[in-house]
Amino acid sequence: MAEKILLKGNEAIAMAAIRCGCDGYFGYPITPQSEILETLMEKDPETDTGMIVLQAESEVAAINMLYGGAGCGKKVMTSSSSPGISLMTEGISYIAGAELPCVIVDIMRGGPGLGTIQPAQSDYFQITKGGGHGDYRTIILAPASVQEMNDFVELSFDLAFKYKTPVIILSDGVIGQMMEKVELSPVKPRWTDEEIVKLHGDWASTGKTPDRKRNIVTSLDLDPHRQEQFNLKLQEKYAEIERSEVRYESLLCEDAEYLIIAYGLSARVSQKAMELAREEGIKVGLIRPVTLFPYPYEIIEKLVPQVKGILVVEMSAGQMTEDVSLAVRRRVPLYFHGRTGGMLPSPEDVLKLLGSIENGTFESADVQGHKKIWLR
Amino acid sequence: MAVKGVIEVDVELCKGCGVCIVNCPTGTIALSRQVNGKGYNYSYMEDPENCTGCTNCAVVCPDTVITVYRVKI
Amino acid sequence: MNISDIIKPENKVYAKSRLLLDREMHYCPGCSHGTVHKIIAETIDELNIQEQVIGISPVGCAVLAYDYIDIDWQEAAHGRAPALATAIKRLYPEKYVFTYQGDGDLASIGTGEIVHACNRGDNITVIFVNNAIYGMTGGQMAPTTLEGMKTATTPRGRSHISSGFPMKITEMLALLPGVVYATRQSVDTPAAERKAKKSVIKAFKSQKLKKGTSFIEIVSTCNSGWKMTPVEANTWMRENMFPVFPPGDVKDETGL
Repeated sequence: MAEKILLKGNEAIAMAAIRCGCDGYFGYPITPQSEILETLMEKDPETDTGMIVLQAESEVAAINMLYGGAGCGKKVMTSSSSPGISLMTEGISYIAGAELPCVIVDIMRGGPGLGTIQPAQSDYFQITKGGGHGDYRTIILAPASVQEMNDFVELSFDLAFKYKTPVIILSDGVIGQMMEKVELSPVKPRWTDEEIVKLHGDWASTGKTPDRKRNIVTSLDLDPHRQEQFNLKLQEKYAEIERSEVRYESLLCEDAEYLIIAYGLSARVSQKAMELAREEGIKVGLIRPVTLFPYPYEIIEKLVPQVKGILVVEMSAGQMTEDVSLAVRRRVPLYFHGRTGGMLPSPEDVLKLLGSIENGTFESADVQGHKKIWLR
Repeated sequence: MAVKGVIEVDVELCKGCGVCIVNCPTGTIALSRQVNGKGYNYSYMEDPENCTGCTNCAVVCPDTVITVYRVKI
Repeated sequence: MNISDIIKPENKVYAKSRLLLDREMHYCPGCSHGTVHKIIAETIDELNIQEQVIGISPVGCAVLAYDYIDIDWQEAAHGRAPALATAIKRLYPEKYVFTYQGDGDLASIGTGEIVHACNRGDNITVIFVNNAIYGMTGGQMAPTTLEGMKTATTPRGRSHISSGFPMKITEMLALLPGVVYATRQSVDTPAAERKAKKSVIKAFKSQKLKKGTSFIEIVSTCNSGWKMTPVEANTWMRENMFPVFPPGDVKDETGL
């Protein structure tokens, strides 16, 4: 029987990092994710697994520590929340450009600016559409439970090393702070230097040995022909990720006449609303994107002909709705419900909106933060 | 005991900056009238008799294009 | 005795280090970077630590330093080299890790990273090439630009009233207990170059002592940016830079 304990989402991330053989964590305190760094410091894995934990002087330093650590082939990660992620985006672009594997956790809070310390999902554009400069993408996993906060850490490292790319766990302040029972992952030892080379090749900068050329970790190539070829290679990698790594959860979609699309905490709220709606006889299904890049366009496209309307629920002003609209392409009415500034959607409000969609009163529904994107 | 030196300049890599010339204690080195493939007047031993093989020129050469030989005579 | 009689392997007393790769450097004629690269290559070779060294190149003229010295490298974002070095050294405490940074990289955009790496006393070596100007971007003012010095962004000369004072980074960092060795050197003469090399050797050796950061400033020239010949630039540096940035050890607690 696997070990099951009660943990905060942030603590689960920290525990999973130690247990999956992470080599180094570099982070800077920011609410609502500081428990990740605090838990790691408390657990002091250096004495046990040898994992390094360091409080950096800034998010800028932390992400560049990741570059350095990843550049010598190690499993390294950081975590932050929205304003801190903004500071890290330069570094994320460099890491993507140098094709380094690493894991970045974003426990989102409301913005813009200093905004609020309350939860939000308003980093969607920043995280899914690049954020930093240049034609790069990152793999993004969106957990909706403390269990997934645990599970996605090792999965993120696997994907990061498979594709030599940063992987971002995009969560929010609620999932970071709430407590749930978690089945901890099995403990795995850290890779030895030999295992890193055997598993992932001899590309990292670990000291030039006589049997190989010097390894250079860089995102620079001043030759435009080579730089273009490199960009084409990156795009092929992202295309391969889009072909192979789409993940989503589909609930009660078989007979659904209405569809909710939501991720993370919004998906949990929406699931409850879906259950309430079904009790009232409205046939609602839920698609929960688990990967936000690659985005599950295909399943949404597939469900469009069967439904009368789609409601996107977010804790933002409608950022993911743009991706949904790419899949829907005006073939079916599209509605949006979003709360911002740290406010959360409620199952009751989502239920009200589902009812109003069914009886054609959506626009006048007494719910904060909703708009029709288009009607047929 | 006297010493006799010789410098060998990698002509194509020399950029003719002249730093070796002012740091040569015996006035051995000068810039050639000819230019190399990149258009630089390169360093050469204008007065080979003077060279003691002290290595000063090679040490300060930013492009490390000078090799130095020395014998006791 | 003929020249050809002397040019024989057994008479060779100075040759390019085997760790300096056989390619033409992109630096301007007379640029100090080449000399500093040479010192680093010779140091790594003489200490026989090629397999254990990881270098970190900056953004600036030396961004391509990795093209010239035959070791493993990482190329950092502007100013962030010390953050990379911290992580690499923590993950590989037995390796030798050094950053190579210019004055724009280290003393302007990267002040946060260098101060905190030094304050943590990370056992790394920092080579700080200070030529008082931004070379690569075309000769703009650096934090270390002298008062009155004309640059592309101080066409009437730097005034402390609008742009502050030349920043004495080495003295500032020497105040931090994490720094075990802070010295200022130059490479304009054979004697200075030999002394600078001794400092670099000491700095690398001190990594093994695990006593803290070793920091070497090399007061350098940028003859293109300064609009002088290489030889004039060296003279100008001695006459104008040295009074503000005097060569010599600021702190040495290595015991080496």
